[in-house]
Amino acid sequence: MNLAEKEIEIIEDFAIYDDWMEKYEYIIELGKDLPKISDEFKVKENIIVGCQSQVWLHAEKVDGLIKYTADADAIIAKGIISLLIQVLSNETAETIIDAQLDFIKEIGLQEHLSPTRSNGLVAMVKKMKIYALALKNK
Amino acid sequence: MTFDVDKIRGQFPILNETIGKYPLVYLDNGATTQKPQVVIDAITTYYTSQNSNIHRGVHTLSQNATSAYEGARELIQKHINAEKSYECIFTKGTTDGINLVAHSIGKSIKKGDEIIISTLEHHSNIVPWQFLVKEKGAVLKIIPMNHEGELDMDVYDSLLTNKTKIVSVTQVSNALGTINPIKEMISKAHEVGALFLVDAAQSLQHFSVDVQSLDCDFMVFSGHKIFAPTGIGVLYGKESILNELPPYQGGGDMIKTVTFEETTYNELPHKFEAGTPNIVGGIGLGAAIKWLSELNLKEVQKYEDEVLSYATSEILKIEGVTLYGKAKEKSGVLSFLVDGLHPYDVGTLLNQQGVAVRTGHHCTQPIMDYYKIPGTIRASFSLYNTKADVDAFIKALNRAVNMLK
Repeated sequence: MNLAEKEIEIIEDFAIYDDWMEKYEYIIELGKDLPKISDEFKVKENIIVGCQSQVWLHAEKVDGLIKYTADADAIIAKGIISLLIQVLSNETAETIIDAQLDFIKEIGLQEHLSPTRSNGLVAMVKKMKIYALALKNK
Repeated sequence: MTFDVDKIRGQFPILNETIGKYPLVYLDNGATTQKPQVVIDAITTYYTSQNSNIHRGVHTLSQNATSAYEGARELIQKHINAEKSYECIFTKGTTDGINLVAHSIGKSIKKGDEIIISTLEHHSNIVPWQFLVKEKGAVLKIIPMNHEGELDMDVYDSLLTNKTKIVSVTQVSNALGTINPIKEMISKAHEVGALFLVDAAQSLQHFSVDVQSLDCDFMVFSGHKIFAPTGIGVLYGKESILNELPPYQGGGDMIKTVTFEETTYNELPHKFEAGTPNIVGGIGLGAAIKWLSELNLKEVQKYEDEVLSYATSEILKIEGVTLYGKAKEKSGVLSFLVDGLHPYDVGTLLNQQGVAVRTGHHCTQPIMDYYKIPGTIRASFSLYNTKADVDAFIKALNRAVNMLK
């Protein structure tokens, strides 16, 4: 599946919920599937500073593709990061850098990408792209 | 005259908004308050028929705008019982006012001079003084708080010395709701010859503040926290003190004469009001103060205490809730956490149900450090909130907790 197909799959998964409560319950569940960052990488350099939820991100390049692991101390943040990693992991650096991530808006979670200080997520997406850029030529 | 909350609510159009299919339950008044129709109308009227630059023109529009703006200043003077209207300087808000005082007083601060603030302070009443520590070698002393969020008055006494130049303390804590014994603190500060600045950002929407009775040297507040527009506030200062202070910003209006050799400064209040001000903001603030002063503030306070009391007893019925801020004297604010749940998660799910609260450190990181928590969930009430709002909040909170646990 390419990136666009992964986004469509997520949009379809969410389309079955029109009640916000079911949507958030699903997101909370997704948080449990988050590829967990190993403790050795839960260091200051890997913290993404949003005002509230602490988010840790680690990236590695394996066989030319970028793989992400992460953690967060807020459950909903974990769930959304899980979605981001589902889409962006196992892609080339170029694909990640150019990704628009329209699916977040499509599934009705755009408020989590609003540029308020409470959002580690805006910074998260940025950092995922920066890591990809850094690993591009390695 | 009993307080008719429904009549009050009817004057705030934004309270009819919905969030998705849920009615808005606005409990973030500590961050900013909503505006009554009279204030919204004053803004529209200004731009429709009065807009003009003030203090400068001979034409009618300019004179009308000037009268409206200066009229607002007089309404403010009466509302806070300042002796003179020119002791009320218009600023951009509380943060601007504190920066003005710190900057101007800073000019005469020497190495080793002492400044006292408290653990409860908002960052806006911490950082400007830290600039003076860095730039002038001033010493910053902090009044500690206890677990309930009350300041330790015995330690305060011991911190005051003949080197204390200014004490700057909040009247009401935005994070914990604590009401500090300001009058007593001012009197103690004066005994050692220190000035006192009252941060009244959270006060005036809840009760009246009489600057002469308090005998404070400075008092700051923001318009947007008392039903007025953003971008406007007031610094009150005693005439004798303001006259001694050097200006803050230079430019038009704060001058008397300008030559390249020498410039002389204008009198109060203009000395501290450089450039074209937020005219519509000042007029809006005047309209808000007029509206507020027509209410019986004692009734308002009594009503708000009932709502806060109700909210407190209801929230304590929820398992796992820890309240932060249990001072004997409290105003308007319920700060709490639910065991094992991150405030961001709770706040997000509350919002999905139309309930607007604030989560995080509330610009009071020292308080959060004291409790060793990342932040709290804060519901802050104002005079248009009701017990029905509390019920909706508690219902939504219960739902959020069940989803997250």
